[in-house]
Amino acid sequence: MAVKFEKVGDGTYVLDVQGYVCPHPQLYTKKGLEKMKQGEMLELVFDNPSSGESIVAMCKAEGNEIVSQEKETGKTTMHWRIRKS
Amino acid sequence: MSSLPCNAVNVDTTPVLVTEPRNVIRAFLVLGFFALVSLSTFAVDHRFIYFSAYLWFGFIYGMSLQYGRFCMASAIRDLFAVGVPRMAVGIMIAVVLFSLISAFVTVAGKSTFHPSPIGLYSVIGGLIFGIGMIYTGGCASGSLYKTGEGSMAALLVVLSLSFTQVFVVDAGGWMNHLVPTAWTQSALAKGLPAAITPTDGWYDQFLAGYVWDLTAHTVGELLGFTNIIAAAFIGNSLINSIIPAVLILAGIYVRWYRKGYLRGNEAQYRGISTEFAGYWSMITASKRTAIAGLVLGVAAGLHMWVMQGLQHRLGIANAGELLAGMGYTSGLSIQDTLFDPGYFYITTQEAQAAAWIVQKLGFNVMDSIFFGLDNGVPNPLLNPVLWMSIALIGGAAVMALLNNEFKFKIPTPEIATWAIFGGILMGIGARVGLGCNIGAFFATVTNGDPSGWLFGLGMTVGGFIGVKFFNWWIERKMSKEMAAFDL
Repeated sequence: MAVKFEKVGDGTYVLDVQGYVCPHPQLYTKKGLEKMKQGEMLELVFDNPSSGESIVAMCKAEGNEIVSQEKETGKTTMHWRIRKS
Repeated sequence: MSSLPCNAVNVDTTPVLVTEPRNVIRAFLVLGFFALVSLSTFAVDHRFIYFSAYLWFGFIYGMSLQYGRFCMASAIRDLFAVGVPRMAVGIMIAVVLFSLISAFVTVAGKSTFHPSPIGLYSVIGGLIFGIGMIYTGGCASGSLYKTGEGSMAALLVVLSLSFTQVFVVDAGGWMNHLVPTAWTQSALAKGLPAAITPTDGWYDQFLAGYVWDLTAHTVGELLGFTNIIAAAFIGNSLINSIIPAVLILAGIYVRWYRKGYLRGNEAQYRGISTEFAGYWSMITASKRTAIAGLVLGVAAGLHMWVMQGLQHRLGIANAGELLAGMGYTSGLSIQDTLFDPGYFYITTQEAQAAAWIVQKLGFNVMDSIFFGLDNGVPNPLLNPVLWMSIALIGGAAVMALLNNEFKFKIPTPEIATWAIFGGILMGIGARVGLGCNIGAFFATVTNGDPSGWLFGLGMTVGGFIGVKFFNWWIERKMSKEMAAFDL
């Protein structure tokens, strides 16, 4: 599965990096957020648990807000919503 | 995908973990398997307890590594790529604790550690290894624990670095001409057994003609301490481990953490006390990583104590003697020895397993110093140190299952390519550097061996180079993905 970046609404984008292992999810997230405008929302879909803590720390350091963290029942797939500061 | 799936479970930043019942059962099955192996082999011959000691320490390492997502690749990569110091901090905590326990073990006369020669090879090996681990996404121990999480990409890394090591230590032909004549002459002068053919194989000449001519000392020895307590605690632990770790943490704080910390504490800035508070905040920022670092450091120190105690109890100095006494002589080196470090180690035992397969395919690798003279190529089922690696995967699987994080994942062709390519570099780096992030760095710096910092320096520079390339690669791919949008 290749990386997918799609616009799904006004100022809302989905970044799907399922199937990718470290360091891909955190690097794609960083690059995506860098290019987005302030206030826009990134919906991140990933399934590599190791990337999660790095993304949390990265958002904290850069001031981006993790609005929600959800995990699919019985799976390792995670859906996070991150607002660009 | 614009909306979340209807079966999504909302979790906050501190979720209460409820392990799924099927995962609890699976975890107990894995645990039961290793318990059964321990008990049944002990019933056959009590001397298998030596194997089980490696096994259970491997299991603890696997659980700790997975719990803290402990990975040297992550430590270096996250610093340079995304500015996150969490893992680098955890590793420095483990270094400090392991060094203190090691000092106790040394003073008690129970240490199994021998320092490596000090030379430029450590930096070069570390550099190659460091580049490789960034491409694979995991260091040697990280790839093992991620295999336990169900990642087949990580298993590919382990396989790639294992078979590459076999090639590196056995390659001859035109590669013999890559080494300086002085190394060849020096190797010949060592009077090695004819079966080793020291002039055929560049690695044999590298070892016998270069590495063996270097000197190996701990910092305690280099500083001339004659009192073992001073040598272990002041030379090895304080000077070689604790002070460098504290200074590295200070550097990380200033470069990557301070700005973000002060941003949230501007109103209460009180000079040096605020700086110390920020330093401490960085250390305790990820409790999971800190706890894992603590457990790893203590377990790694106790591991040496237990193995030395067992060697004393069983009347052996090396696992080769144990196997020979048990009637298993196949695969021992010509000195009747077997790779048996007596502490946390990765890569050599995996290389032995790969070499065993290569030998079964009809190739002879026992004419090398690495396998034939030193480490042997035993049946993988009778390799005690390999039991540690297998159990490390099992321990990680148990922890991943209990955290609902186990998932059997087949890599995409892109990820598989990175895994194999990076694994090749890691295999080359591990042999040139005489170890990996564990054997050539973690276990060495904590036992007062300055060569570990040389490997660490190379690994950090290699990691930086790897990150620069990866940044370019992902920037290029992301630009294509985002080209259609006004960003």
